[in-house]
Amino acid sequence: MNKNLRLIYIFATILAICWLIPIYLITISAFSPKDAATAWPKSLFPTSLTLETMRYFFGASGIWGAVGNSVAVAAITMALSLALGAPAGYALARFDFKGQNIYRLLVVMTRAFPLAILALPLVTRFINVGLYDTWLGVALVHTALALPFSILVSSSLFMGIPRELEEAAWTLGCTKVQAFMKIVMPIALPGMAATMIFSFVISWNEVFAASVMTVNNRTLTAALFSSLQESPMYFKFAGGFFLILPSLIFIFVVRKYLFSMWGIANR
Amino acid sequence: MNKSDRIPYLLIAPSAIFLILLFVWPLAETAILAFRGSDGGFTMRHVNKMLGDNNFSMALKNTMILVAIIVPVQICISLAMAMMLQKMEKGRTTYLYIWTIPLGVSDLAAGIAWLAIFTDRGYFNTLLNGVGWVDGPVTWLSYQSPMALFICVIIAEIWRATSIVLVILVSGVQLIPKEYAEAAEVFGASPWKRFWHVTLPLLKPSLQSALILRTVLAFEVFAVVYALAGRDLPVLVGEAYNWQGAYQNTNVASAYALFILAISIAATLVYLIALRTKRETLS
Repeated sequence: MNKNLRLIYIFATILAICWLIPIYLITISAFSPKDAATAWPKSLFPTSLTLETMRYFFGASGIWGAVGNSVAVAAITMALSLALGAPAGYALARFDFKGQNIYRLLVVMTRAFPLAILALPLVTRFINVGLYDTWLGVALVHTALALPFSILVSSSLFMGIPRELEEAAWTLGCTKVQAFMKIVMPIALPGMAATMIFSFVISWNEVFAASVMTVNNRTLTAALFSSLQESPMYFKFAGGFFLILPSLIFIFVVRKYLFSMWGIANR
Repeated sequence: MNKSDRIPYLLIAPSAIFLILLFVWPLAETAILAFRGSDGGFTMRHVNKMLGDNNFSMALKNTMILVAIIVPVQICISLAMAMMLQKMEKGRTTYLYIWTIPLGVSDLAAGIAWLAIFTDRGYFNTLLNGVGWVDGPVTWLSYQSPMALFICVIIAEIWRATSIVLVILVSGVQLIPKEYAEAAEVFGASPWKRFWHVTLPLLKPSLQSALILRTVLAFEVFAVVYALAGRDLPVLVGEAYNWQGAYQNTNVASAYALFILAISIAATLVYLIALRTKRETLS
């Protein structure tokens, strides 16, 4: 190994350690006893691992409900952005049609707009139609955040599947729908799954819209956020750790698709 | 129009209707709310109320300082990371995985993780105490030490949101043919020159996407700041949140939303113009 390369590895490792430190520290904070949160000085290695703090967190009133709300909202967001995004992505990948540039512009434009903040007028509308403080109401706003992404990524996925495969299935007697379900979908499935997970995480992490759209049915982020001022440190640490947990799994699962997803979604 | 011509329109219709209902319409309504008086006519009252508010200028200044420091630093770190990854022979995927972990971490969780570090009795003070630089807990996260407060927020944001820039730049680097750098090397260009004159210009479209996306998102900085600083460091989105929630005034909140939108669009236009790629310079 030459000197330059060694220097690169040293540098890269330092950065990687810096990147892992916050994750490590929030994890040991969440699994230390409650009074360790205010202990001084801290120990960099956990002296005693315990579930006490996490148990206290989940024992707090409304936390399980908030977790349930978060999962439900994220699941609806995931389903909606797939149901709306995949057909649009297929249309962009396979058809030339008038107005597709305007449509593309609409989709790309949403990325340059602070969407969550534009949800403010929706609060009044949602109160009027009974969507305020419901799973579906929050999920609709989160879908607006996730949908542009889902459209652009699924379009690139379908573009990567040769049209000839579908045409071969048609000549062999498949209907267009059958050919899509039996040929295109299985090939696109892993990528679509990655996109769905991404939509889930967008919703799971969102704070602003979830906070203004709910009062009683808080999502986990909204519940944690609204109690930031009064909740004790160990409660925040447990909540912070539990919020991070899904994202660790998420990055691991979708890492293969990360770059094709973003690479093409940014063209 | 025959039947098969209609298919693409049927396929995009649901999403187009959805985006009109949940993006175009709220956008128009935000503008209306920000400028409509109680009598239904046009008024500048809400905007003036926003501009006259004590917290407005502070929130604007704070947001701008944060964006002006965070975005360039993130671009530099991600560029360095992308270049290091390109040179690596093994372990590339491991480093990439570690560096992209924060991509899925919410701003709230990131703020809390860094709170564990920077709080009075946190790990940072423990470290300083251990090497003897401070004697006992020091308060960093307070309006009494604005400089320290800023630095803590900046570090947390850099940690959280650099990975998205990295992902965009790495996908961009993958599209650059290796031959260009090799050709430059044959002609005797130093590594620095190759980076400056070959890689960087070819990376311009990716840099543009990364800058636009990151800057727009940086104007929305909010939960990280709240987790670390509470209300000691007002930012624009935080003010919109307060006017909507605490003061129950959607009109002024909408004025804030519109203002954030305006600076986001302005920044996007600046990047589009400053970093436009002339057709003849490519391919």
